[in-house]
Amino acid sequence: MEKKDFEPQILVFACNWCSYAGADLAGISRLQMPVNFRLIRVMCSGRVKPELVVKALTSGVDGVLILGCHPGECHYLNGNYYTRRRGIILKSLLEYMGIESSRFKIGWVSASEGYKFSEIVKEFVKEIKDIGPLNL
Amino acid sequence: MIEEKRIGVFICRCGNNIGDVVDVPYLVDEIKSIPEVVYTEENYYTCSEEGLNSIKNMIYEKNLNRVIVAACTPRTHEWLFQKVCEEAGLNKYLFEFVNIREQCSWIHSTEKEKATEKAKNLIKMGISKAKLLKPLKDIRSEIYPSALIIGCGIAGITAALNLANQGIQVHIVEKENICGGLLTEINKLYQTSLPASNFLDEKIKNLIKNRNINIHLKSQVKDVSGYIGNFEVLIQNEKKIKTIKAGVIIVATGALELKPYGLYKYKEIDGVITQLELEKMLKYNSFKAESVVVINCVGARNEVRGYCGRICCITSLKNSIIIKEMNPDTEVYILYRDIMAYGRELENYYKKARKIGINFIKYSPDNLPEISLNEETIDVYVLNEITGKGINLQVDYVILTTPLIPADDNTELSKKLKVPLTNDGFYLEAHQKLRPVEFANEGIYLCGTARYPSNITETVLQAYAAASKASIPVKKGYVETSGNIAYCDEELCSGCGNCFFVCPFEAISIKKDAENKTKPEIIGIKCRCCGLCVSVCPDGAMQQNSFSDKQILSMIKTMDE
Repeated sequence: MEKKDFEPQILVFACNWCSYAGADLAGISRLQMPVNFRLIRVMCSGRVKPELVVKALTSGVDGVLILGCHPGECHYLNGNYYTRRRGIILKSLLEYMGIESSRFKIGWVSASEGYKFSEIVKEFVKEIKDIGPLNL
Repeated sequence: MIEEKRIGVFICRCGNNIGDVVDVPYLVDEIKSIPEVVYTEENYYTCSEEGLNSIKNMIYEKNLNRVIVAACTPRTHEWLFQKVCEEAGLNKYLFEFVNIREQCSWIHSTEKEKATEKAKNLIKMGISKAKLLKPLKDIRSEIYPSALIIGCGIAGITAALNLANQGIQVHIVEKENICGGLLTEINKLYQTSLPASNFLDEKIKNLIKNRNINIHLKSQVKDVSGYIGNFEVLIQNEKKIKTIKAGVIIVATGALELKPYGLYKYKEIDGVITQLELEKMLKYNSFKAESVVVINCVGARNEVRGYCGRICCITSLKNSIIIKEMNPDTEVYILYRDIMAYGRELENYYKKARKIGINFIKYSPDNLPEISLNEETIDVYVLNEITGKGINLQVDYVILTTPLIPADDNTELSKKLKVPLTNDGFYLEAHQKLRPVEFANEGIYLCGTARYPSNITETVLQAYAAASKASIPVKKGYVETSGNIAYCDEELCSGCGNCFFVCPFEAISIKKDAENKTKPEIIGIKCRCCGLCVSVCPDGAMQQNSFSDKQILSMIKTMDE
């Protein structure tokens, strides 16, 4: 497939308290985004087990984005610190598996950052388009 | 027996909001043919009376055991549809929401075909999750009908009286041997100019008289365990340790005045005193001076202490006015950086101070006033920031206006209560606007200067707010939390204890099972459904009822269908 025709499949995890609300705000603000992504709501970004990311990438998803509250603002006090720490290790695990670590990204989006949500998603879709399809 | 799934899908047009972008009739056609979907319909507004009745009727008529609404966001409407399901006799946790407005039609409004396909896919993901939903029960726990208040200053006293007058048993723990806190050291209250003791004495009299209130003086909190409705607090006085049971806790520990050692020759020159020391002298009529300099912002709004003391400006105005009114011949100079006289009353107060002849000199934080001891008087040199000229003043007293600082034991107590502090060391409430005067941990509330410097009016208001919030669960008699808590499949659990270590709410304890193996025990009422324990479980034994691995994986697998 030509790179420019490639429409990646993106999975976005968003925490219930900040990032999902941020995503809603992007919607309310009618910010247009590529259709490539699917959003799954979780209660906390720290809920996202690394296995879920790996399983997604090995079952047809081209990129996974985890969005949570800004560090220090977690609804559950410190859940997003786990997300952050785990993310670093997960990236090296992905490289070890032969998957580009840039297919996995973590971002912080607060409930008031609808614009930031749309920018992060757009940018990530573009990045994954540039990397190309994940052929395992 | 495997339960037969009977899924009903209701797709909302949301007027034109969804219907104009997404081809809803096409969706209905497509979704209808999915196995186990027994009923599909479109609504102009699913949240309208008509839409809601339709959900109810179809639950009866088609015997639905899963309901999916594809519409707006669960953040605003989930509770409504869940309620409707419950009314029709369907467990509310068997309802699944699919967002095709905020996260589809509104953000892909120019790509109608693609948006329609995406909406179809999102609904399919919702269906795959809904199949794995389980009926759950909300968790209800009894409330022990008493309150514990830490600190017997004006905040604690006000909150205690409020709760006690509602018939709630109150315990107050105070580390000093008298009630009243900082207010006992204050001379007069501003605006009214009435002695603080008039106000305080009456409150304390009511406090002692009240049969619902037990005061534990010279006592400190040793340990706190339990959760909302069932706190057990160990308090220690000189002689013994007592256990107090309480349903709710209010933190009203107050603050301290900063003693500015090392600044402006405090404690090096006799006439250099703080505002609180001045209040004491005024109270006992031992203050006499021909001229006074007041320096504001001492030890505040600098690199060490970044915050504004908030009430200091007004305190300096109050005491300067009192000095001036005692003897109009006394020269009073206020050296300030900015005057924060917020609101109408305080602005008038500031105007009054100017009118009666108090001198205001603005200094810059780059050129702090200098103090030296002359024979009889104290020499103050200040560079007037506005005129750029230096001024020499000879005065009897230099009064330093310092901010309130967090109490010494905040760190220790906050650890016992498991509540957070701000970077400055004051207690941090759950949310300034959405959940003021309460902590993120349920059942613990906050008021007064323990939160941040505030004046008496504000402290009293906060105390009422905290007391009224605290009285809600006590009066209700029980608390209910979501049934979507973590659970452990003990067959799979290896007893590593990871879940126990990560839980931010201490909702997991470790027990031994019949074979003496270590297993986690989940205290449902403390669980806040974050799912951290699920993510750290190496065995997949820990799961979250409405966000299980299986549910999320089934959604991921459906993504490209």
